[in-house]
Amino acid sequence: MDKNIIYSIKSLYRESMDIVGYTFGFGEHSCCVVGALRGNEIQQMAICAQLIDTLKRIEENGGIVPGKSIMIIPCANNYSMNIGKRFWPMDNTDINRMFPGYEQGETTQRIAAGLFKSIKDYVYGIQLASFYREGEFLPHVKVMDTNCRSRETYESLTDFGLPYGLIRTPQPYDTATLNYNWQVWGCHAYSLFSNYTDHIGRQSTQTAVNAVLRFLVIKGIIKWALHRGMHTRVVIESLIKNVQTSRAGILKKHVAVGDEVAEGDLLCEIIHPLEGNTIGRIESPVDGTVFFSYNKQLVMEHTDVFNIIPFSYA
Amino acid sequence: MIKSVSVAALPVAENLIIQKNRIENNAGPACKRVCVVTGTHGDELEGQYVCARLAKILNKEKQNLSGIVDIYPALNPLGIDSVTRGFPMFDLDMNRIFPGSPTGLVAEIAANDIIRDIEGADMCIDIHSSNIFLREIPQVRVSEQTAAELLPYAVMLNVDLVWIHASATVLESTLAHSLNTRGVKTLVVEMGVGMRITENYCKQLVDGILNMLHELGMWNGHIEQVRKPLVSKDYRIDFLNSDAHGIFIPSTAHGSHVNAGDRIGKVIDPLLGTLVEETLAPCSGLLFTLREYPVVFGGSLLARIMGDSKNG
Ligand SMILES: [Zn+2]
Repeated sequence: MDKNIIYSIKSLYRESMDIVGYTFGFGEHSCCVVGALRGNEIQQMAICAQLIDTLKRIEENGGIVPGKSIMIIPCANNYSMNIGKRFWPMDNTDINRMFPGYEQGETTQRIAAGLFKSIKDYVYGIQLASFYREGEFLPHVKVMDTNCRSRETYESLTDFGLPYGLIRTPQPYDTATLNYNWQVWGCHAYSLFSNYTDHIGRQSTQTAVNAVLRFLVIKGIIKWALHRGMHTRVVIESLIKNVQTSRAGILKKHVAVGDEVAEGDLLCEIIHPLEGNTIGRIESPVDGTVFFSYNKQLVMEHTDVFNIIPFSYA
Repeated sequence: MIKSVSVAALPVAENLIIQKNRIENNAGPACKRVCVVTGTHGDELEGQYVCARLAKILNKEKQNLSGIVDIYPALNPLGIDSVTRGFPMFDLDMNRIFPGSPTGLVAEIAANDIIRDIEGADMCIDIHSSNIFLREIPQVRVSEQTAAELLPYAVMLNVDLVWIHASATVLESTLAHSLNTRGVKTLVVEMGVGMRITENYCKQLVDGILNMLHELGMWNGHIEQVRKPLVSKDYRIDFLNSDAHGIFIPSTAHGSHVNAGDRIGKVIDPLLGTLVEETLAPCSGLLFTLREYPVVFGGSLLARIMGDSKNG
């Protein structure tokens, strides 16, 4: 294992923030895994940390295929993480909205540029991503449906052995993300979503670590005994049903992520926040699997509280 | 007349309400309508005084108005109320979600309600005030693709500068882009600095808005002589970013003319008492952007200069 500082930035009264890349193997830049870009992506960093710990063992056992190399960057934003902030400490900008970056630009543009320079030439790129909505997901991997996407990128969605593979039509704001720019640069880019963001789930960490290792095995980058994982169902993201609140108040959920529900099943109630009576009941619009569950106690009107993947799209 | 543009229930006994003030006179079916909007970014407050002053003048001399002026002082009321730049609870920049969606989350529905309310207007003026870090002279910003159509209107607004910037996909989700693609000529004004009111700039812009109403045939009241702005495509623009971290102390007044080699400011280290970096003007020109917030990282923008020479 090789440990290198990819980019470093200094603030007035803090130790320098060094973005460290851990490299395994030599030769072709085969796969790069990027963890936390935001200060609350704790699970994403922890997944990388466990991945590095496992890859050390794999390397000791001669499991890195000769001529292949892997780089893991567990955290590119320790300044935010250390003060419990999601975005950049000073100006609240999001590094994952700054790609491909600009070396002469503002601080987070410079960080993105410094990072991207070191990671853009990998064959495969995996970002451990988080969603802006607070809640719990079923683990899945996502690709952007860009013109630059090759058939291989799409087909490799199933190589992670996660239960779901999503295909997303990019929105204007996606064009400044790492995933999008990786793809524009010719890298096969994936965003891997774990169950949580600011909470480390032991099982979900292991699931994500195994998914990355499985991908590396299938792509011939490492040799390691690992079970095949799950059958991946590939889903067009826009076909997922958003279930929204029509009332505001206290959210009382009756189902959890991973539950299978039938059309008409009670998903949640909205309770009057001052008087305690039920003011809203939300039923499932389809037969399907609960894919995302919002985890705040208070909800406003029009909040997406569940995402349900229908069993069929008929 | 006060109207609600968008209403959504918040969890505990409160609604989020986005309001506008409609001031109208002789408003027939074919009359013109101009919208003045601000407060998308909750920490930008210069537009507050512009809205107040404009409403006061128009109400006082309503007989001189023909048509409709809709004033939206707070597109992001929760942000303004809580000193939050973004849309609270969503942690997102409201100016990156337009045109929104009628079936989306509250922020997206609000964005969609705003678009639908403004749609059909002849003009929209979207007032921003930079951020808390940088002070700007009054300027209109238009994208390259809309410059030809918007420039004749931008010069009516009594600003000092019209900055024509490159188009970027990420900017397709701004209010201005969404309105321009829907046929509402929308001018983005940037002036002053976040969290403050610069009274002179606000008065200058109100004079500009009244002048525009006059040019559109909507205002018969008094108008001031407006200034002729510099247009960025004719000049070079230099960005001065800090390469060091420290405390920035400006030494030249914002909005002044500088000569090549002049010291604009310095970055110092208070712990050591040392000079870290000197910021020198790379060319002679107008110091139209100057850093207001002292703490800087490597990369922090300190100043922008529009050179005197043509693309020199
Ligand atoms: Zn703004």
